[in-house]
Amino acid sequence: MRSNKKKYMPPVNSHTVLVVAAILFALGLCGVLTRKNVLFILISIEIMLNAAGLAFVAAGAKWRQPDGQAMFLFILAMAAAEVSVGLALVMQIYHQHKTMDVGDLNKLKDE
Amino acid sequence: MTTVFYISSLVAILSTVMVITRYQPIHALLYLVVSFLAVAMIFLSLGAPFVAALEVIIYAGAIMVLFIFVVMMLNLDKETAAQERIWLQPRVWIGPSLLTLLLLAGMVVLLLRGQRTTMRIATVDARQVALSLYGGYIIAVELAGFLLMAGIVGAAHIGKHRTESMHRYLRKDEEQQKEIHAAS
Repeated sequence: MRSNKKKYMPPVNSHTVLVVAAILFALGLCGVLTRKNVLFILISIEIMLNAAGLAFVAAGAKWRQPDGQAMFLFILAMAAAEVSVGLALVMQIYHQHKTMDVGDLNKLKDE
Repeated sequence: MTTVFYISSLVAILSTVMVITRYQPIHALLYLVVSFLAVAMIFLSLGAPFVAALEVIIYAGAIMVLFIFVVMMLNLDKETAAQERIWLQPRVWIGPSLLTLLLLAGMVVLLLRGQRTTMRIATVDARQVALSLYGGYIIAVELAGFLLMAGIVGAAHIGKHRTESMHRYLRKDEEQQKEIHAAS
Protein backbone atom coordinates (compact mmCIF):
# COMPACT_ATOMS: atom_id res chain seq x y z
CA MET A 1 0.00 0.00 0.00
CA ARG A 2 2.69 2.39 1.04
CA SER A 3 5.01 1.68 -1.90
CA ASN A 4 2.05 1.99 -4.25
CA LYS A 5 1.23 5.39 -2.77
CA LYS A 6 4.81 6.48 -3.23
CA LYS A 7 4.84 5.54 -6.89
CA TYR A 8 1.42 6.85 -7.94
CA MET A 9 -0.45 9.76 -6.46
CA PRO A 10 -4.27 9.62 -6.36
CA PRO A 11 -5.78 10.41 -9.74
CA VAL A 12 -7.14 13.73 -10.98
CA ASN A 13 -9.70 13.73 -13.74
CA SER A 14 -7.85 14.88 -16.85
CA HIS A 15 -10.76 16.95 -18.14
CA THR A 16 -10.89 18.94 -14.93
CA VAL A 17 -7.40 20.32 -15.45
CA LEU A 18 -8.26 21.36 -18.99
CA VAL A 19 -11.45 23.02 -17.76
CA VAL A 20 -9.43 25.00 -15.21
CA ALA A 21 -7.01 26.04 -17.97
CA ALA A 22 -9.96 27.05 -20.18
CA ILE A 23 -11.48 29.15 -17.39
CA LEU A 24 -8.17 30.95 -16.78
CA PHE A 25 -7.75 31.55 -20.52
CA ALA A 26 -11.29 32.94 -20.81
CA LEU A 27 -10.68 35.26 -17.87
CA GLY A 28 -7.54 36.58 -19.53
CA LEU A 29 -9.40 37.04 -22.82
CA CYS A 30 -12.15 38.94 -21.01
CA GLY A 31 -9.50 41.19 -19.47
CA VAL A 32 -7.93 41.92 -22.87
CA LEU A 33 -11.32 42.76 -24.39
CA THR A 34 -12.54 44.89 -21.47
CA ARG A 35 -9.56 46.97 -20.41
CA LYS A 36 -8.38 50.16 -22.08
CA ASN A 37 -5.17 50.53 -20.09
CA VAL A 38 -2.12 49.09 -21.90
CA LEU A 39 -0.62 47.75 -18.68
CA PHE A 40 -3.76 45.79 -17.81
CA ILE A 41 -3.88 44.38 -21.34
CA LEU A 42 -0.32 43.10 -20.90
CA ILE A 43 -1.25 41.55 -17.55
CA SER A 44 -4.21 39.77 -19.15
CA ILE A 45 -1.98 38.45 -21.93
CA GLU A 46 0.28 37.01 -19.23
CA ILE A 47 -2.75 35.23 -17.72
CA MET A 48 -3.63 33.76 -21.12
CA LEU A 49 -0.08 32.51 -21.75
CA ASN A 50 -0.01 30.96 -18.30
CA ALA A 51 -3.28 29.15 -18.97
CA ALA A 52 -1.91 27.78 -22.24
CA GLY A 53 1.13 26.52 -20.36
CA LEU A 54 -1.13 24.86 -17.81
CA ALA A 55 -2.88 22.98 -20.60
CA PHE A 56 0.48 21.79 -21.97
CA VAL A 57 1.67 20.61 -18.56
CA ALA A 58 -1.65 18.83 -17.99
CA ALA A 59 -1.30 17.00 -21.31
CA GLY A 60 2.26 16.05 -20.46
CA ALA A 61 1.15 14.77 -17.06
CA LYS A 62 -1.61 12.68 -18.62
CA TRP A 63 0.83 10.76 -20.81
CA ARG A 64 3.61 10.92 -18.18
CA GLN A 65 6.00 12.39 -20.74
CA PRO A 66 8.36 15.37 -20.25
CA ASP A 67 7.31 17.04 -23.54
CA GLY A 68 4.57 19.09 -21.92
CA GLN A 69 7.03 20.59 -19.48
CA ALA A 70 9.48 21.31 -22.31
CA MET A 71 6.72 23.20 -24.13
CA PHE A 72 5.99 25.14 -20.95
CA LEU A 73 9.65 26.19 -20.85
CA PHE A 74 9.36 27.59 -24.39
CA ILE A 75 6.16 29.42 -23.46
CA LEU A 76 8.02 30.84 -20.47
CA ALA A 77 10.87 32.11 -22.64
CA MET A 78 8.41 33.62 -25.09
CA ALA A 79 6.47 35.31 -22.29
CA ALA A 80 9.65 36.78 -20.84
CA ALA A 81 10.76 38.22 -24.19
CA GLU A 82 7.27 39.50 -24.97
CA VAL A 83 6.83 41.19 -21.61
CA SER A 84 10.21 42.92 -21.71
CA VAL A 85 9.56 44.39 -25.17
CA GLY A 86 5.95 45.20 -24.25
CA LEU A 87 6.88 47.03 -21.07
CA ALA A 88 9.58 49.02 -22.90
CA LEU A 89 6.88 50.02 -25.41
CA VAL A 90 4.53 50.99 -22.56
CA MET A 91 7.17 53.24 -21.00
CA GLN A 92 7.95 54.83 -24.35
CA ILE A 93 4.26 55.42 -25.07
CA TYR A 94 3.76 56.98 -21.66
CA HIS A 95 6.75 59.29 -22.08
CA GLN A 96 5.68 60.46 -25.51
CA HIS A 97 1.90 60.66 -25.21
CA LYS A 98 1.33 60.92 -21.43
CA THR A 99 -1.52 58.43 -21.65
CA MET A 100 -2.10 54.69 -21.23
CA ASP A 101 -5.37 54.68 -23.20
CA VAL A 102 -5.17 52.45 -26.28
CA GLY A 103 -7.99 54.49 -27.81
CA ASP A 104 -5.81 57.59 -27.89
CA LEU A 105 -2.84 55.88 -29.51
CA ASN A 106 -3.93 56.21 -33.13
CA LYS A 107 -1.21 58.48 -34.47
CA LEU A 108 -0.82 56.39 -37.62
CA LYS A 109 -4.35 57.27 -38.61
CA ASP A 110 -4.97 60.22 -40.94
CA GLU A 111 -6.18 63.27 -39.09
CA MET B 1 -2.88 15.59 -4.05
CA THR B 2 -6.39 15.73 -5.51
CA THR B 3 -7.45 18.02 -2.68
CA VAL B 4 -4.41 20.21 -3.29
CA PHE B 5 -5.35 20.40 -6.95
CA TYR B 6 -8.95 21.45 -6.30
CA ILE B 7 -8.07 24.00 -3.62
CA SER B 8 -5.29 25.60 -5.65
CA SER B 9 -7.35 25.75 -8.84
CA LEU B 10 -10.13 27.48 -6.88
CA VAL B 11 -7.60 29.98 -5.53
CA ALA B 12 -6.17 30.50 -9.03
CA ILE B 13 -9.57 31.23 -10.58
CA LEU B 14 -10.68 33.54 -7.76
CA SER B 15 -7.44 35.53 -7.75
CA THR B 16 -7.51 35.82 -11.56
CA VAL B 17 -11.04 37.25 -11.32
CA MET B 18 -9.68 39.73 -8.80
CA VAL B 19 -6.83 40.61 -11.20
CA ILE B 20 -9.11 41.56 -14.07
CA THR B 21 -11.50 43.56 -11.89
CA ARG B 22 -9.06 45.70 -9.88
CA TYR B 23 -8.72 49.42 -10.52
CA GLN B 24 -5.27 49.97 -9.00
CA PRO B 25 -2.47 48.39 -11.09
CA ILE B 26 -0.44 47.38 -8.04
CA HIS B 27 -3.39 45.53 -6.48
CA ALA B 28 -3.93 43.66 -9.74
CA LEU B 29 -0.24 42.71 -9.80
CA LEU B 30 -0.31 41.40 -6.23
CA TYR B 31 -3.36 39.28 -7.01
CA LEU B 32 -1.56 38.08 -10.13
CA VAL B 33 1.32 36.87 -7.93
CA VAL B 34 -1.23 34.89 -5.88
CA SER B 35 -2.65 33.45 -9.10
CA PHE B 36 0.80 32.36 -10.31
CA LEU B 37 1.60 30.77 -6.96
CA ALA B 38 -1.69 28.86 -7.12
CA VAL B 39 -0.88 27.67 -10.65
CA ALA B 40 2.51 26.54 -9.35
CA MET B 41 0.67 24.47 -6.75
CA ILE B 42 -1.45 22.97 -9.55
CA PHE B 43 1.75 22.00 -11.37
CA LEU B 44 3.06 20.43 -8.20
CA SER B 45 -0.12 18.40 -7.79
CA LEU B 46 0.15 17.29 -11.43
CA GLY B 47 3.59 15.85 -10.76
CA ALA B 48 5.71 18.55 -12.37
CA PRO B 49 7.91 19.97 -9.58
CA PHE B 50 10.52 21.47 -11.92
CA VAL B 51 7.96 23.54 -13.79
CA ALA B 52 6.36 24.57 -10.50
CA ALA B 53 9.69 25.94 -9.30
CA LEU B 54 10.19 27.77 -12.61
CA GLU B 55 6.69 29.24 -12.38
CA VAL B 56 7.50 30.68 -8.95
CA ILE B 57 10.98 31.90 -9.89
CA ILE B 58 10.34 33.35 -13.33
CA TYR B 59 6.64 34.26 -13.52
CA ALA B 60 5.99 35.26 -9.91
CA GLY B 61 9.54 36.53 -9.50
CA ALA B 62 11.14 38.04 -12.57
CA ILE B 63 8.16 39.02 -14.72
CA MET B 64 6.22 40.48 -11.79
CA VAL B 65 9.28 42.50 -10.78
CA LEU B 66 9.36 43.97 -14.30
CA PHE B 67 5.68 44.94 -14.05
CA ILE B 68 6.10 46.42 -10.57
CA PHE B 69 9.13 48.44 -11.68
CA VAL B 70 7.13 49.89 -14.57
CA VAL B 71 4.23 50.74 -12.25
CA MET B 72 6.64 52.47 -9.88
CA MET B 73 8.53 54.35 -12.61
CA LEU B 74 5.35 55.63 -14.24
CA ASN B 75 3.77 56.57 -10.88
CA LEU B 76 0.51 54.80 -11.62
CA ASP B 77 -1.59 55.27 -8.50
CA LYS B 78 -4.79 57.07 -7.58
CA GLU B 79 -5.26 58.93 -10.85
CA THR B 80 -4.98 55.72 -12.84
CA ALA B 81 -7.44 54.05 -10.47
CA ALA B 82 -9.93 56.90 -10.92
CA GLN B 83 -9.49 56.70 -14.71
CA GLU B 84 -10.07 52.94 -14.60
CA ARG B 85 -13.18 53.44 -12.51
CA ILE B 86 -14.54 55.74 -15.22
CA TRP B 87 -13.57 53.33 -18.00
CA LEU B 88 -14.91 50.17 -16.41
CA GLN B 89 -18.62 50.89 -16.44
CA PRO B 90 -20.93 47.84 -16.58
CA ARG B 91 -21.92 48.60 -20.16
CA VAL B 92 -18.25 48.31 -21.15
CA TRP B 93 -17.49 44.93 -19.61
CA ILE B 94 -20.86 43.21 -19.92
CA GLY B 95 -20.61 42.57 -23.68
CA PRO B 96 -17.11 41.04 -23.73
CA SER B 97 -17.89 39.03 -20.59
CA LEU B 98 -21.00 37.49 -22.14
CA LEU B 99 -19.20 36.63 -25.37
CA THR B 100 -16.26 35.12 -23.51
CA LEU B 101 -18.64 33.19 -21.30
CA LEU B 102 -20.31 31.76 -24.40
CA LEU B 103 -16.94 30.68 -25.80
CA LEU B 104 -15.99 29.17 -22.46
CA ALA B 105 -19.29 27.31 -22.23
CA GLY B 106 -18.75 25.85 -25.69
CA MET B 107 -15.22 24.77 -24.81
CA VAL B 108 -16.28 23.21 -21.49
CA VAL B 109 -19.12 21.29 -23.16
CA LEU B 110 -16.74 19.98 -25.80
CA LEU B 111 -14.20 19.00 -23.15
CA LEU B 112 -16.69 17.22 -20.92
CA ARG B 113 -18.47 15.35 -23.70
CA GLY B 114 -15.71 12.84 -24.34
CA GLN B 115 -15.22 9.90 -22.09
CA ARG B 116 -13.49 10.89 -18.90
CA THR B 117 -10.16 9.35 -18.15
CA THR B 118 -8.51 9.62 -14.80
CA MET B 119 -4.84 10.45 -14.82
CA ARG B 120 -2.51 8.17 -12.94
CA ILE B 121 -0.08 10.89 -12.06
CA ALA B 122 3.59 10.10 -11.67
CA THR B 123 6.25 12.68 -11.03
CA VAL B 124 8.24 13.72 -14.11
CA ASP B 125 11.35 15.24 -12.62
CA ALA B 126 13.90 17.74 -13.89
CA ARG B 127 16.24 15.04 -15.17
CA GLN B 128 13.71 13.72 -17.69
CA VAL B 129 12.79 17.25 -18.79
CA ALA B 130 16.45 18.11 -19.29
CA LEU B 131 17.07 14.94 -21.30
CA SER B 132 14.09 15.75 -23.50
CA LEU B 133 15.11 19.42 -23.91
CA TYR B 134 18.70 18.74 -24.88
CA GLY B 135 17.79 15.67 -26.91
CA GLY B 136 14.89 16.12 -29.28
CA TYR B 137 14.21 19.78 -28.66
CA ILE B 138 17.75 21.14 -29.04
CA ILE B 139 16.85 23.25 -32.09
CA ALA B 140 13.93 24.77 -30.23
CA VAL B 141 16.19 25.58 -27.26
CA GLU B 142 18.55 27.44 -29.58
CA LEU B 143 15.64 29.28 -31.17
CA ALA B 144 14.42 30.28 -27.69
CA GLY B 145 17.92 31.65 -27.09
CA PHE B 146 17.65 33.73 -30.28
CA LEU B 147 14.24 34.96 -29.16
CA LEU B 148 15.52 36.02 -25.75
CA MET B 149 18.49 37.79 -27.34
CA ALA B 150 16.16 39.65 -29.72
CA GLY B 151 13.93 40.51 -26.77
CA ILE B 152 16.83 41.96 -24.77
CA VAL B 153 18.14 44.02 -27.70
CA GLY B 154 14.66 45.19 -28.62
CA ALA B 155 13.80 46.19 -25.07
CA ALA B 156 17.10 48.04 -24.66
CA HIS B 157 16.57 49.89 -27.95
CA ILE B 158 12.92 50.77 -27.42
CA GLY B 159 13.35 51.62 -23.75
CA LYS B 160 15.91 54.36 -24.40
CA HIS B 161 14.60 57.65 -23.08
CA ARG B 162 13.78 59.87 -26.04
CA THR B 163 11.53 62.81 -25.43
CA GLU B 164 11.07 64.09 -28.96
CA SER B 165 8.57 62.30 -31.13
CA MET B 166 9.56 63.88 -34.44
CA HIS B 167 10.80 61.79 -37.32
CA ARG B 168 14.48 62.18 -38.23
CA TYR B 169 13.79 63.37 -41.79
CA LEU B 170 11.55 66.13 -40.51
CA ARG B 171 14.18 67.11 -37.95
CA LYS B 172 16.88 67.36 -40.62
CA ASP B 173 14.53 69.49 -42.70
CA GLU B 174 13.91 71.79 -39.78
CA GLU B 175 17.63 72.16 -39.08
CA GLN B 176 18.30 73.08 -42.70
CA GLN B 177 15.57 75.68 -42.61
CA LYS B 178 17.01 77.06 -39.40
CA GLU B 179 20.43 77.35 -41.05
CA ILE B 180 18.94 79.10 -44.07
CA HIS B 181 17.09 81.42 -41.73
CA ALA B 182 20.29 82.21 -39.81
CA ALA B 183 22.26 82.82 -43.03
CA SER B 184 19.70 85.23 -44.39
